[in-house]
Amino acid sequence: MAKPEHEITWKELNVGCVIDEPGNAAAYRTGDWRSQRPVYNKDRCIRCGTCYIFCPDMAIKILADGYIEHDLYYCKGCGICVEECPTDAITMVDEEE
Amino acid sequence: MATRVGMEVSIAAAEAVKQANVDVIAAYPITPQTHIVEHLSEVVNNGELDAEFIPVESEHSAMSVCTGSSAAGARSFTCTSSQGLALMSEIVYITSSLRLPILMLLANRSLSGPLSIWNDHTDVMSIRDCGWIQVFVENGQEVYDHVFIGYRVAEDRNVLLPFMVNLDGFVLTHVIEPIEFLDQEIVDRYLPPYQPKYSLHPDHPVTMGAFATPALYTETKKAQTESLTEAMPYVLKAWQEFGDMTGRYYHPVETYKTEGAKVVLVTQGSLSETATLAIDSLQGAGEPVGLVKIRLWRPFPFEEFKEAVAGADLVVVMDRAISYGGPGGPLASEIRSALYAQEKRPRIVNFIAGIAGRDVAPEDFVHMIQQAQERPGEWYELYGVRE
Repeated sequence: MAKPEHEITWKELNVGCVIDEPGNAAAYRTGDWRSQRPVYNKDRCIRCGTCYIFCPDMAIKILADGYIEHDLYYCKGCGICVEECPTDAITMVDEEE
Repeated sequence: MATRVGMEVSIAAAEAVKQANVDVIAAYPITPQTHIVEHLSEVVNNGELDAEFIPVESEHSAMSVCTGSSAAGARSFTCTSSQGLALMSEIVYITSSLRLPILMLLANRSLSGPLSIWNDHTDVMSIRDCGWIQVFVENGQEVYDHVFIGYRVAEDRNVLLPFMVNLDGFVLTHVIEPIEFLDQEIVDRYLPPYQPKYSLHPDHPVTMGAFATPALYTETKKAQTESLTEAMPYVLKAWQEFGDMTGRYYHPVETYKTEGAKVVLVTQGSLSETATLAIDSLQGAGEPVGLVKIRLWRPFPFEEFKEAVAGADLVVVMDRAISYGGPGGPLASEIRSALYAQEKRPRIVNFIAGIAGRDVAPEDFVHMIQQAQERPGEWYELYGVRE
């Protein structure tokens, strides 16, 4: 896995900044962009998978029992899962809280 | 044995591109570069060169095509002038950051407006900081030679940068000169096939032109500026080896009769040949005046330049572009920077002359030098302007 961006020195860059390690975008923590994070209430969840389908970053995992988990390494906090959830099982809270 | 042929410089340049065995040519015709592209389209159409000739719809596309083809590992060529360069400029900066060894001949022409098709250096100076290796040539032979030298430097694994050859529009592109052609086997020995370090190929996927956040962008720029500065020894090596092969040696800064000169005239491009006549006549009259020609514009040869003007009390710089509202011309700015920290610094006077094809005769150079000697201080002016 590639080094985090803020640790790479100029001498370590490939010629022309070519990226020769396919898939290294996975190392990029888009979760840093978040100002609000999703909070999941399992009691209200009916395991429909709608949030999983709508998440634009595939940052929602469906667990073996059908319930879900947010991957906060990638979740940008867009709130689409909150909007789409038919049972209001997800809410957004400010990151500072 | 090399053969010497009388030929229009544009045609000779196109023949050099053919001999360099390029893979992709993408260009859009614009005066005064047109004959180069026209001849190349004939050469490809006649089967003399096995290359893709892509007649693009604009210069922006020309440079975009070359960027893509060079990224795929093809030896790529384009040429343009003036407004064409302005239109492609967005991509010109990208090719150097991607470190793609494209060769471009820039037939120097004034930028509009007013609309002008004639020669000066305002086009190249508008993209001075584009990160390309940039050289100026003086005559047709130098144009022909620098097609091979350009690819040789650009494709060197230690360099991998695009290379721009500045040749004066009309004054060079449209004149017939004697050109000494190289035998193909010599070209092939000097310029082996391009072996890219990275290329776009499905078997080895890479990403080129990725996004850089503020956390990384500064590092990418440091790497880029170092790559251009560090290209210098490889430019010198390519010139040296070319000279050993042909007897024609090129240098970043070239001097003409500067030994003991107290006054040095500084020029770039084809007017340097005219300036030698002025130097001859002044020296004939006992004036200690010499000529310094800046061949390599980027990376700028600071040390070689300082050495070339070491004995001078007065440096008269002729620019062929204006930095509006600024300190005069871009060449003079560079020279002031180069000499600023010197303990003993010559007086620097700057003339902007030969704008948009206005003639500069040997007597004009004599006149400029005399004016600079008579009027004290450091100043710049547009030479010959009607008050």
